[in-house]
Amino acid sequence: MPVRTFIEAIRGALASEMRRDERVIVLGEDVGLKGGVFLATDGLQAEFGVERVIDTPLTESMIVGASIGAAVNGLLPVPEIQFADFILPAFNQIVSEAARMRYRSNGAFGCPITIRAPYGGGVHGALYHSQSLEAFFTHVPGLKVVIPSTPYDAAGLLRSAIRDPDPVLFFEHKKMYRSVRGEVPDTDYTVPLGRAQVRRSGTQITVVGYGLMAHHAMEAAELVEAEGISVEVIDIRTLRPLDLDTLLSSVRRTGKCVVVYEDNKFGGYGAEIAAILAEQAFDFLDGPVLRVAGPDVPAVPYAHALEDWFMVNPDRIAAGIRQLAAY
Amino acid sequence: MAEASIGTSELAARNGLRDDDLLRMYRLVALSRAIDERMWVLNRSGKAAFVISGQGHEGAEVGIVSSLRPHLDWLVPYYRSIAAVLTFGMTPREILLAQFARATDPSSGGRQMPGHYGSAEHNILSTSAPVATQLLHAVGIAMAAKNRRTGQVALTELGEGSSNQGDFHEGLNFAGIHHLPVVFVVENNGYAISVPMSLQSPIANIADRAASYGFPGVVVDGSDVLECYRAGREAIDRARRGDGPTLIEAKVTRLTAHSSDDQQTRYRSQEDLDAGRQRDALPRFRQQLRDAGVLDDERESAIAAGVKAAVDDATDWAENQPEPDPATAMRHVYAEPEGDR
Repeated sequence: MPVRTFIEAIRGALASEMRRDERVIVLGEDVGLKGGVFLATDGLQAEFGVERVIDTPLTESMIVGASIGAAVNGLLPVPEIQFADFILPAFNQIVSEAARMRYRSNGAFGCPITIRAPYGGGVHGALYHSQSLEAFFTHVPGLKVVIPSTPYDAAGLLRSAIRDPDPVLFFEHKKMYRSVRGEVPDTDYTVPLGRAQVRRSGTQITVVGYGLMAHHAMEAAELVEAEGISVEVIDIRTLRPLDLDTLLSSVRRTGKCVVVYEDNKFGGYGAEIAAILAEQAFDFLDGPVLRVAGPDVPAVPYAHALEDWFMVNPDRIAAGIRQLAAY
Repeated sequence: MAEASIGTSELAARNGLRDDDLLRMYRLVALSRAIDERMWVLNRSGKAAFVISGQGHEGAEVGIVSSLRPHLDWLVPYYRSIAAVLTFGMTPREILLAQFARATDPSSGGRQMPGHYGSAEHNILSTSAPVATQLLHAVGIAMAAKNRRTGQVALTELGEGSSNQGDFHEGLNFAGIHHLPVVFVVENNGYAISVPMSLQSPIANIADRAASYGFPGVVVDGSDVLECYRAGREAIDRARRGDGPTLIEAKVTRLTAHSSDDQQTRYRSQEDLDAGRQRDALPRFRQQLRDAGVLDDERESAIAAGVKAAVDDATDWAENQPEPDPATAMRHVYAEPEGDR
């Protein structure tokens, strides 16, 4: 099976979906001739033309708003927001419009769009090229939120997102684009939305993560294995809808849970996981649900030392695991 | 239409229409007004919690929207688009279902406030309350129409207050770049709730902004139904030919408060309100058709009786339709596995 980088898997899935269904279009800033600032759409305009791979002005709200209209009129748009940090001008279109179109029309209109956006720190991107914004969107009924961690999942989940009848936020950790490789079949396979994946089985502590943090959780699990702590790692993959069964069955077995996320700790996605476990697994818990997350500063600072200070890493996760194991 | 063809007056011929068409347009203006007035009666009698009104905008909407092709083109309305949605195929009963928030309301099944019109059957896109967002949807619809070569035109309506939002400029810009088949209709009634035009824009005509985006902007008198008709026809034809967008600014008057929760005498003088009354399209169009010999006492009273009967029927019928069942309130957050529509 071919081995591909994370970004090659995404590019391949975009191309295969565009070949498979002529309704699929890509639009965004620099996505055409340049092929995207990370080259996620490299070669697509050459293959599919300027009508299906559209270089837009610097207008994030328009990129999403026009995608909504195009979806209503028969296309399957895959808008790219160049950095997740720049998605906020489109927030109104995503939350007020895309998310609520179906509900507010009582099912008369849907909004099948897939908004791709690179997120995450650790690449010297500073405050405005590093943010993790998933919690803003996981809060909103009507949206689906996907964050893959492997090339295989990136391609399979992206295909599912594009074929999904509802709006999907598809966040890609930019540090993984070229640093993460994996086997990716040359087929049109899909990975279903709404299913988590147990990456590693263990008995004493469940560690929950997604995106880059799923990898860091795996490293942390290995670090503590030598100390006799058996860790199960769950890669959430689809943050909304959440795979409750996989989460609850694991935590009910291990009795302990660490939730890892790169976003600011307060009010982050992991807070929802902790709340769900408190409500639905309380009788099985042998310790508090612990969050290992980004510090509560507005965003990731630039200087090397400051960025390192911000980022969640395997050592910090391992420290959280040890703390909970000793509880 | 019910009336038989009665020929072609000079007025009709000058506008490329028949007298039938003029009477149909007059009936739509009168019908829109009568439904709107009924909505206020229902509000003041405690039967409808909220009204947002299109009174004063009807002539412009009927005139401009008349040239859209039903079941092909798209209308992306806003909350004063009652006359536009009636012109494009929605019925008085459907408007009243929304006003009573009944289960079978095609706009939203009683989920949205009244005035947020939508109809999948008639290619009228569901609208929200944040202003100017809908303009980008019309741009996207037009982009898909061009991409798919469907020959469709998208027409969207908004107030002049909305024309200061970023989405307005982002949408006009993109539509101009790609010569999209879209018509932007700004219905300028001079007020964004209470804020007068002088505090909304440093220029007198919103239509002038089209120049920045490389396509025509035209100002029309919103009390002149046939001037609006001609501008709408030209813009829609132009879009369909592939020559790109047009921005139409119709100078209209807001005859009511912003909504049932507003009191416009707090910020508008009596002189201003009186002047606004003088710019009402309904009496002006009526007189124009009488002067042209298209409308006489007999036809006018027949139309008035038909309008009253339609409004009464819609009111009584809609009021007796069932309210939405809270057991359905969790539906349509996401697509349902099958039979979704």
